[in-house]
Amino acid sequence: MKELETNCVNTWCPGCGNFGILMALKKTVEELINNGTPREKIVLVSDIGCNSKIVDYINVNSFYSLHGRPIATAEGIKMANPELKVIVFTGDGGTFNEGASHFIHAARRNADISVFLHNNRLFALTTGQFTAVSPKGLKGKSTPEGNVEEPFNLPELAMTAKASFIARGYSAKADHLKSLMVEAINHKGFSFLEILQPCPSFFNTINDYNERTYEITNNADSKDKALELISEWNYNGEGKIPLGVFYKKDRYNYEEAINKDTDDNKVDINKCLEIHL
Amino acid sequence: MKNTKEFSIIVGGAAGQGSRKAGLIIAKFFNELGYNIFINEDYQSLIKGGHNFSKVRISTEEIFCEREKADFLLALDKNTIDQHESKLVPDGKIVFNKDKIGFDKGIGVAADVIVKEANGLPIMSNTALIGALAKIIGVDFSILEKVLKKEIHKEVEKNIEVAKKAYDSVETLVKFESTGNGHKPLLTGNEAIALGAVSAGLEKYIAYPMTPATSILHYLADHKEELNVATMQTEDEISVINMAIGSAFAGKRTMVGSSGGGFALMTEAISLAGMTETPIVIVNSQRPGPATGVPTYSGQGDLLFTLASGHGDLVRFVVCPSDATEAFIWSNKIMNLAWKYQTPAILLVDKELSENTFSFDKDKVQGLKKEEGLIWDGKGEYMRYKNTENGISPMAFPGKTTEVVKASSYEHDEKGITVEDASSIKLMQDKRLRKFEEMKKEIDNLEAIKTYGKGSKAIICWGSNKGVCREVGEKLGIKVIQPIVLQPFPAKQMQDALEGVKEVILVESNATAQMENVLNSYGIKVDKKILKYDGRPFTLEEIESKIK
Repeated sequence: MKELETNCVNTWCPGCGNFGILMALKKTVEELINNGTPREKIVLVSDIGCNSKIVDYINVNSFYSLHGRPIATAEGIKMANPELKVIVFTGDGGTFNEGASHFIHAARRNADISVFLHNNRLFALTTGQFTAVSPKGLKGKSTPEGNVEEPFNLPELAMTAKASFIARGYSAKADHLKSLMVEAINHKGFSFLEILQPCPSFFNTINDYNERTYEITNNADSKDKALELISEWNYNGEGKIPLGVFYKKDRYNYEEAINKDTDDNKVDINKCLEIHL
Repeated sequence: MKNTKEFSIIVGGAAGQGSRKAGLIIAKFFNELGYNIFINEDYQSLIKGGHNFSKVRISTEEIFCEREKADFLLALDKNTIDQHESKLVPDGKIVFNKDKIGFDKGIGVAADVIVKEANGLPIMSNTALIGALAKIIGVDFSILEKVLKKEIHKEVEKNIEVAKKAYDSVETLVKFESTGNGHKPLLTGNEAIALGAVSAGLEKYIAYPMTPATSILHYLADHKEELNVATMQTEDEISVINMAIGSAFAGKRTMVGSSGGGFALMTEAISLAGMTETPIVIVNSQRPGPATGVPTYSGQGDLLFTLASGHGDLVRFVVCPSDATEAFIWSNKIMNLAWKYQTPAILLVDKELSENTFSFDKDKVQGLKKEEGLIWDGKGEYMRYKNTENGISPMAFPGKTTEVVKASSYEHDEKGITVEDASSIKLMQDKRLRKFEEMKKEIDNLEAIKTYGKGSKAIICWGSNKGVCREVGEKLGIKVIQPIVLQPFPAKQMQDALEGVKEVILVESNATAQMENVLNSYGIKVDKKILKYDGRPFTLEEIESKIK
């Protein structure tokens, strides 16, 4: 779709996982448009990092936010105009280091936004340092002898934070990823989509992921089943890496509760002043 | 007793005993009689116990500060007597509950006995004391009854019965006549800030609780029915302001509020609002710092920090109103200005303004309304950061047009796409600089500096200190200059205000004379500084004695 192109020069490294994510996003936007969501009702909100450049490369409404803060920005956009589909693009560093509190609280309050997490398991744009999702022992410029910290298991964290939609995709499986993106966006409530994204420059996991990932079939309504799937991979050692929707549940969403009874634009300051006489 | 044109009463008790409410009820008696009211609230950072008091001052004149001495003391506990007995004028009277407090002077009211006889609840002993005081100061019972009906929402009849019994148990000592003036709304600064913002179209208010800004959140949440503002309390001040920026990007007028510490957390996003050109109003209600400081007291130590808040080259509006009426006016204006210039705008106030209660002048806010910013006309391709002559780019909101709206925290081109080349960086910074110039011109057309009186000696003060300085100035025949807008600084208006002034006295509630720093940068020399940094407000007598 030509109108989704921008004239911005793409600066991702050759072979970057982000290309697959961009391709899946464009197909996702096309599908949303074809299914009746006008392009102008979609807003992309990004962090800072390689992942976040994606908003420069697609001609859709966007707010390029601060490092760690796009979830908060997105919650504000959605609350101000609940008609919009608001999608956050962020990285493991932005969301699980700098902005971890915004993630858990947005999940808990079930803000109706989607968080697409480009997970390359390290800081890349700053030339390779460990994040809260890097495997223990990862060598980087700030940890030449290896990272000494344990990584988060992201879907497990999302589950604990009461996210109402939790899924994992892989940038090299663009069609599967597209279907997960569409499902996440259409979910009413907080959706978390982790996207495995190999970084050819600092942490090339492509062969590893190609070998270990597999697509699950899951009706996603059981917490126990979800936790079982989620625990197959611990972000450190061996094991299979399941891809697909782990968990999905409908519950009330935040914006509706916050905006309740405030849409009629009836403002009566004088009535208020009477109370103060 | 002295003449009845001016009168002060201290109402005190332990936290949780209801002294603040009692003070407000007493103030409303005088409001009914057409007097001007000023209530100073003094309370500690605790839930129960300690010592809280309200100083209610009434006058036939306009008043905005407290006096050192009081004519009456209404004591809900013994501690109040111990703390304030020395603050009474020589023939001042103490009214207290004699069933609880062993004290042999003043007017003891058998409050507990009265409540017991009426089968009331223990808290109604406050009502008994209020009833007795009303009689002592000559308030008609009909006024007492009217105010109680308005202010008390539980067991109203029982309260009135208790009040009546206490009223009949004492004698009148002083009589206040009606001034013939109408009564005015009694508003705290925070209430006025909330209402002023609503008058300029506020639709969303987001905050994390922090004294002394919290009551803006409480007020808007409590008055959702009348004001239709959606309120949110979020995980921290960082999310507060980033959410607010998202909300404004989507087209909703949004405000946030905090005190120094929370405001400090917001500064990264103040810079974001500057870069993305997102209109946002931030209330910073100061308390003494640094760090946690003294949460429930007041100060003006955030001035330089606020003027420089946010990294990078950026101009924001900083406005410092001094009383409830000014707070309403400037809360309205700053919201409209933020949207006109698509910029962060800060209302810099302090606890004295936020939480004290003032007689509100409704006439001065007539006609204040929402003024639209520059909205895109829908012609041609939309560019969020169009490089216009005056630097102001038309706004469009995502979802409200079929065009794409892109905002960015990175340096960007007109369309909102990231750029790094030298000429684009300069082009966009120049665009913003032109906008800052327009902001300066705007300030020149507003009453950004107020002056009172005249003379070769002038007090310069800002924020809540204007109240006390104005009264001192009137008394001593000294000019008072109050800069209300502090950024962009109204240099020309300040120059005009200082015409013929030979001696400048700076009155400020901080330890390092931060305003002196600002004045010096515009070539204005300060001859004398009167600084206070113990968290407490200046009294009239205090400034007077330091100037003499």
